[in-house]
Amino acid sequence: MPSDPPPDKITTEQVAHVAHLARLEVTPQEQEMFAEQLSDVLAYGREMNALDLDDVSPTSHPLPLSNVLREDVVGEVSNREEVLAEAPEAESDKFCVPPVLEAN
Amino acid sequence: MPAEYSVSVDHHSPASQGLTNGKAPASELAAAVRARELAAAVRSGELSALEATQRSLNEIAARDDDIRAFILSLTSEALSAAAEIDSKIAAGQDPGPLAGVPVAVKDNMCTQGIPTTCCSRILEGWRPPYEATVVSKLRQAGAVIVGKTNLDEFAMGSSTENSAFGATRNPRDLTRVPGGSSGGSAAAVAAGFVPLSLGSDTGGSIRQPAALCGVVGVKPTYGLVSRYGLIAFASSLDQIGPFAETVEDAALLLEVIAGHDPRDSTSIPQPAPSLLQSVKAGAGAAGVAGMRVGVVREFKDGVASDVASCVDAAAQALASGGAEVDEVSVPDVRFGLSAYYLIATAEASSNLARYDGVRYGLRLDASNAVEMNTATRTQGFGDEVKRRIMLGTFALSAGYYDAYYGKAQKVRTLIIEDFTRAYQKFDVLLAPTSPTTAFPLGSRLDNPLEMYLSDVCTIPSSLAGHPAMSVPFGVGADNLPVGVQIMAPALGEAEMFQVGAYLEKAMGQTRQAQQEPTSKAQTPG
Repeated sequence: MPSDPPPDKITTEQVAHVAHLARLEVTPQEQEMFAEQLSDVLAYGREMNALDLDDVSPTSHPLPLSNVLREDVVGEVSNREEVLAEAPEAESDKFCVPPVLEAN
Repeated sequence: MPAEYSVSVDHHSPASQGLTNGKAPASELAAAVRARELAAAVRSGELSALEATQRSLNEIAARDDDIRAFILSLTSEALSAAAEIDSKIAAGQDPGPLAGVPVAVKDNMCTQGIPTTCCSRILEGWRPPYEATVVSKLRQAGAVIVGKTNLDEFAMGSSTENSAFGATRNPRDLTRVPGGSSGGSAAAVAAGFVPLSLGSDTGGSIRQPAALCGVVGVKPTYGLVSRYGLIAFASSLDQIGPFAETVEDAALLLEVIAGHDPRDSTSIPQPAPSLLQSVKAGAGAAGVAGMRVGVVREFKDGVASDVASCVDAAAQALASGGAEVDEVSVPDVRFGLSAYYLIATAEASSNLARYDGVRYGLRLDASNAVEMNTATRTQGFGDEVKRRIMLGTFALSAGYYDAYYGKAQKVRTLIIEDFTRAYQKFDVLLAPTSPTTAFPLGSRLDNPLEMYLSDVCTIPSSLAGHPAMSVPFGVGADNLPVGVQIMAPALGEAEMFQVGAYLEKAMGQTRQAQQEPTSKAQTPG
């Protein structure tokens, strides 16, 4: 399957976009810094372009794993109070967050 | 060599200066006692677990201000655990194979009710409601956990400088890094605080700090040790393993922590291997006679000459012990680093999505949920973690997936096939662990790519899921320790430990020689 050619450099706009996807805020100075550093790392990785990989299958995992099913038996589970006690905010057995949808 | 360097190798000198009661430095006592001997002494009643624990805690209190291996000492917990072991012994019960042995645990492994931070602000204040399987196994074996050790935030780094708690220093030379990311655990053993510690290795995070601190470090076969309760960085690569002063002690600890765990779906459904007999064979009459050892050609260039000459010396030692030693080419390992930094960051970007300020750890207030998530993550993560999350997000993003992540996964296949061919001819492979000895603190912080290159020799085995260990073998420039890496095929731990034990024996009194400031030896003779 054809794919987009890898870009030569990561731009500050791309850094801003990726940061947004990852829910990170980066200042303009940080955008410059990360753009340069990430470009360096990707440039190093460009040596892989020389390899003929058409007939190679990808490895996602070092072990030949298949799904693992366990017996459906009651076991030890986490204690609800203990888990909720670690939350920044909890109420009535639930985690609380600021509004997800804007009012009105 | 300039005289000013000679002080750097005597890592016990800060202790000697710190002790004022005129007794022999306690560090010498601690360092002299191996885990196996210590457990035997506790089991026989010759030494109480409480004394052994107190000794370790005293050492940490006296000397760790300079080294900063620990970010948390568990004084009262350790003393009460030790007292329990002593009462077990008094009651005639079996206290376990690690009875009374002080152990340090890298702070990315969950300890129930005890803060577990990954050295990140984002987990500030978190007390895990559950315990890592390895921690439970340590307790069941009678080990006493004396503290949690420093790491690069979320195990992302090669120097233990990217920690929210500040850098750990190399006990062999306080101006240098201990390596990373398990630098705190490596330094804790190298400093003589504990005979054993646990680290985790994703691309070299046990082996590289072991080499830089002059201790033994083992990354087991992927799936041999349960990762339940290990905070995830890159799930197809992460593996827990031991640090120790000796190959035998590393085998002892690995026997305790290995084995199937139904709570980890990647855990291999097999009992823990017996490794102590392999250590006996390697250090005994059997040695390495008839074993086939391949020296990896691709790692001959690009490593510092002092490191290369130690690897040559190790190959010669194996040959004179009757091993068939030959050079082998594993050509695609050259692409390991490139593939690794795409695969590991892609997995990290996904694993670290869970830190959103909702269920645990840090939360910054904001007017809506997305702003809260963003503010929390921006404040909570350090630069290196942000860099890797963004690189991984980019590698997985629409339009670039095939060019980056997909390609890296294919290169991973090529590396595995290369290793398969090599292991048809050889039982184990020999290589440097790190391209250089310990580098100065701060020297690579501004250049992420240069820092990443620290892992070039350790990454290939990680990508393949194979076991590999670093064993100290000689010293390089400035008398800094050098580690040689022994790599083996999946579940080849027995042969790996046999060769490791032989090399340790061949070095003779390695550690004493390294600690002797007058030693002029560059490589073992």
